[in-house]
Amino acid sequence: MIKKETVAMLLAGGQGSRLGILTKSIAKPAVLYGGKYRIIDFSLSNCINSGIDTVGVLTQYQPLKLNSHIGIGKPWDMDRMNGGVTILSPYVREEAGEWFKGTADAVYQNIHYLDKYSPSYVVILSGDHIYKMDYSIMLDFHKKNKADATISVIRVPMEEAGRYGIMNAHENGRIYEFEEKPQQPKSDLASMGIYIFNWNTLREYLIKDSSNKDSDHDFGKNIIPDMLADGLGMWAYKFGGYWKDVGTIQAYWESNMDLIKRIPDFNLYDPTWKTYTPNPIKPAHYIGPNGSVKKSIVAEGCVIHGYVLNSVIFPGVYVGAGAVIEDSIIMSDSHIGEGTLIKQCIVGEDAIIDKTAKLGFGENIPNELKPAIYYSGITVVGQGAHVPESAVIGRNSVIAPGAQPEEFCSQHVPSGKSILKGGECE
Amino acid sequence: MSSVMGIILTGGKNPNMKELVALRTSAAIPVGGKYRAIDFVLSNMVNSGITNVGVITQYSFRSLMDHLGSGKEWDLDRRNEGLFIFPPSLSSDDTGFYRGSADAMYKNLTFLRRSNEEYVLIAQGNCIYKMNFQGMLDEHIDKNADITIAYRVMDDFLPEEMSSLGVIDLDADGRIADFQEKPLHPKTRNGSMGIYLIKRSVLISLLEECSAHGNYDFVKDVLIKKINELNIHGYKFDGYWRNLSCIKTYYKCNMELLDPEIRKQVFIENGKVYTKVKDEAPAKYNEEAEVRNSVVADGCIIEGDVENSVLFRGVVIKRGAVIRNSIIMQGSMVSENVLLENVILDKEVNITPGKSLKGDTNWPVVVGKKVVV
Repeated sequence: MIKKETVAMLLAGGQGSRLGILTKSIAKPAVLYGGKYRIIDFSLSNCINSGIDTVGVLTQYQPLKLNSHIGIGKPWDMDRMNGGVTILSPYVREEAGEWFKGTADAVYQNIHYLDKYSPSYVVILSGDHIYKMDYSIMLDFHKKNKADATISVIRVPMEEAGRYGIMNAHENGRIYEFEEKPQQPKSDLASMGIYIFNWNTLREYLIKDSSNKDSDHDFGKNIIPDMLADGLGMWAYKFGGYWKDVGTIQAYWESNMDLIKRIPDFNLYDPTWKTYTPNPIKPAHYIGPNGSVKKSIVAEGCVIHGYVLNSVIFPGVYVGAGAVIEDSIIMSDSHIGEGTLIKQCIVGEDAIIDKTAKLGFGENIPNELKPAIYYSGITVVGQGAHVPESAVIGRNSVIAPGAQPEEFCSQHVPSGKSILKGGECE
Repeated sequence: MSSVMGIILTGGKNPNMKELVALRTSAAIPVGGKYRAIDFVLSNMVNSGITNVGVITQYSFRSLMDHLGSGKEWDLDRRNEGLFIFPPSLSSDDTGFYRGSADAMYKNLTFLRRSNEEYVLIAQGNCIYKMNFQGMLDEHIDKNADITIAYRVMDDFLPEEMSSLGVIDLDADGRIADFQEKPLHPKTRNGSMGIYLIKRSVLISLLEECSAHGNYDFVKDVLIKKINELNIHGYKFDGYWRNLSCIKTYYKCNMELLDPEIRKQVFIENGKVYTKVKDEAPAKYNEEAEVRNSVVADGCIIEGDVENSVLFRGVVIKRGAVIRNSIIMQGSMVSENVLLENVILDKEVNITPGKSLKGDTNWPVVVGKKVVV
């Protein structure tokens, strides 16, 4: 194998349980985002745009969609003779096989993958975030400081700092303390979960950590504090751009809505920093004679005869005449019938909303089954669900993936109520 | 269709396409928001199961080569067979220039000889249609034909458009009794679609014979001359079909692709249409956007008023701009308060604020590539 200076390890095993039914059958990095992408596309595109062509993608939770999405890495130009993208799934070893116990364990179990390239530096990334970042600039910073580890940080509002891993650093950027979700944060520099390590150093610490029975085998909880305790050169690299952890339904919806502003905070139209994804093989979209689209993004293959406002429409969506879609996210190949009204909804892939149905209207009552997930007023229709004609569905409601019209106990699903698979209604 | 190989002819010079073919062959002309003309025949071949395709090209083929690349998008980047591109090959004793369609194939006889398929399907690179060639092969075998020519009743063609086609007359059994090439006075409404199916061994010997007599043209020197000698059969096709032979047809065809029925037939049913991908973000509509009956490709940013138009990838329409019945190709910029009506903008055209351009439905204004107005 030809030696690679830098190899990236992309942690894509996140379940994303706060995304509710959006991650019922796929891992969080595979969730659709921004009218054509999946969340992992941003990290993968960052890699190739930063000149990193060797990426190990660590999967664990529901990997099928992710595996088929990444394939051999063609869309990211990572189908290489040497290097490229490699999916690293948990495996069985001679004595016993096991799942990845934590982020550090996931990398530890794939030491042989990294050794194959004997890199000088390893970039640890997570496939959960929406951002554009040139890792090569961070690497230059790492080299300049002769650091052992560099951690990318972003300023967060002081009152929210308690939700993050906070890096306390000297003026020059050198980290002297790390606090995970501190009660009394001393700084507003939150770790973005992006690390650069000297591979030899990290390798040592991973091996040491693996035999520690009390460890969570987590970068944030174990490896970073261990390195700090040993007085290693650890530096905070300040990142100033758009960075969103779309971990909740509300954050996911908001981040999608960020894209439709006149001058979006996150620019998908930059020719020097493209985001790559497998392209759907569909014709350019068509807006009908009575259709109207405003303040929205619309992907290929859509046919729009209705009104679309403040929304994100994925490829292959059909919107019937007289339908009104507002403040919503409609995922690939969904069919929105004539005269439907949809407000503040997330409609999953291949869903069918029959004509004159009304979704997302009513009082803002949190979901009764899962109030911690569905509380902000957004109604979610699962992948492949079929909402019957003239149904009326409230806010914070959930229609289970694949639910069929006969599984609706009533045409009227009030706010906070759900339709479950198998005809159970609560 | 593993018994059939494909040859796509991208044609000679075509002055009727004006500025649009100044820099590219008509097979590479952008159509329908994101395609180039050759995508349709190439996708038809791939969807019919043909995996060995040669593209013969002569004039301004840079953009065609760039578009086709290794044939990846059509799944033709194969270890064996796949996509082959044959531009003229200059040699010491011969200029290598293709003097006609038969000469072009004759000069690439090695490709025909090295292939293993029993049949060859020859088609043109500048036609817009969706067709599965299996039915044509079945009929070819069934009728024991030597050559089968696909034709269509050109009811939706104007008389002057007929004279850009080969016009055929058939007997009761479907055998072609007469073939007029680009006639001034067409005898029938049956137009040849320029799609020919023939046994590979028969094609090789016909090309050798044609060349030995010093002839170059496949239609005039092979088809027409052999009309009595060989069983040349007509295969009738009923779907949508246009050949981009002049600006007027090109304009009309793009406007017809706005029709949901035609779109369904050409893009959705019986297989997909493949093209080179560009990795653009989805199109963005800002608050002022008013878009009706139009096709919009990825990467567009729209703030103006657009009706009955085709916007290719990465087009920017600024506030106050009004676009009617127009075709705007990739990367063009239409500034504030511009009025465009019956206009074709080639790629990367820049229309500066306040300008107004108006053509006629039958005579659209064409603005060449990279022009600043």
